[in-house]
Amino acid sequence: MALETAIEMAPSWPEQIFTILGRFDVRQVPYVPDAGHSQLIERVLGASAMRAVPLTTEEEGVALLAGAWAGGQRGVLLMQSSGVGNCINMFSLTQIFRFPFLTLVTMRGEWGEFNPWQVPMGSSTQAVFELCGIKVLRASHADEVREVVEAAAGQAYNACTPTAVLLSQRLIGAKVFSK
Amino acid sequence: MSQANLLDRRRVVASLLAERGESLVVGGLGASTYDMAAAGDHDRNLYLWGAMGGAVMIGLGLALAQPELPVVVITGDGEMLMGMGSLATVGLQQPKNLTIVVLDNEVYGETGGQASHTADNVDLVAVARACGIADSRALATLAETEAFAPGMQDVSSGPRFASIKIDSANAERVLSSRDGGYIINRIRGSLGFGPM
Repeated sequence: MALETAIEMAPSWPEQIFTILGRFDVRQVPYVPDAGHSQLIERVLGASAMRAVPLTTEEEGVALLAGAWAGGQRGVLLMQSSGVGNCINMFSLTQIFRFPFLTLVTMRGEWGEFNPWQVPMGSSTQAVFELCGIKVLRASHADEVREVVEAAAGQAYNACTPTAVLLSQRLIGAKVFSK
Repeated sequence: MSQANLLDRRRVVASLLAERGESLVVGGLGASTYDMAAAGDHDRNLYLWGAMGGAVMIGLGLALAQPELPVVVITGDGEMLMGMGSLATVGLQQPKNLTIVVLDNEVYGETGGQASHTADNVDLVAVARACGIADSRALATLAETEAFAPGMQDVSSGPRFASIKIDSANAERVLSSRDGGYIINRIRGSLGFGPM
């Protein structure tokens, strides 16, 4: 089989993430839309075992997942790097309740970014998580997404270690505004 | 500053929770949490001592996870204003087992009684209705509150929202546990879920 054919037949990385979330029995999926998450969001919206919860701001998702855990369900928060700053005070809940917090963050403000307004928050995203006591893993290439997200889900759900996965702009592709 | 025509918050919360049954109850940061503690500690009380603006969303997460149980969020006007977008999120999800009660004293009582927006330009009942919570109402008397309370047990007709104008007098602080791990694992235990 030619290499190109093998790549075409492999599930896309969003599809791999969806499969992992299902395997870990993730039931509530709050999100603020991002182009990089669009395929995963579509899958979640079509999944009967998962509840997609569109948010008005990302911090709502942190609180939602705390309530979900109190009620016996796991969840994952999907957002873009610019939303991480919106969550800072609400991240307190991950330490206070020590609940299994997992977030998947599509990165902006790096790797060929066109829009300078994305750069400040994108540049501080990892440090913000770490200051808030949340472990950070990163995936920069399609062929590493599966193992990185599996590791993150494992430590979040099995060890109640709050974890963020940064999905690099290199992976997603820089947004193109002009030629 | 006591206004004789406004309701006493402790009597309001006691009447809301008197026949709480299997309900899960979330208390917003500040006096709402004290009111819940004053009404009686309970395995299914989720007290918040921070995370301002998060009470309704925690209630939504609980309500989606436990659709057969009534979930009640009791919070203040300041806490509700900080999380006003969460009313839009609840309106979209339409959780039939969720009730949101705002104890509206029109001030930030914990911080010296500064006026909140509800003292002037914001009508939270109208906001909730405009966000898609069709059953949104103001409760003006203790009798209305008592009549409203049994409906919170109905897990097929929510979401519902009630604003109750209360006296802005600060009641004695009744302190609940501040240990988040204890609080959340106690609730999980009551639902049959273990700790990690």
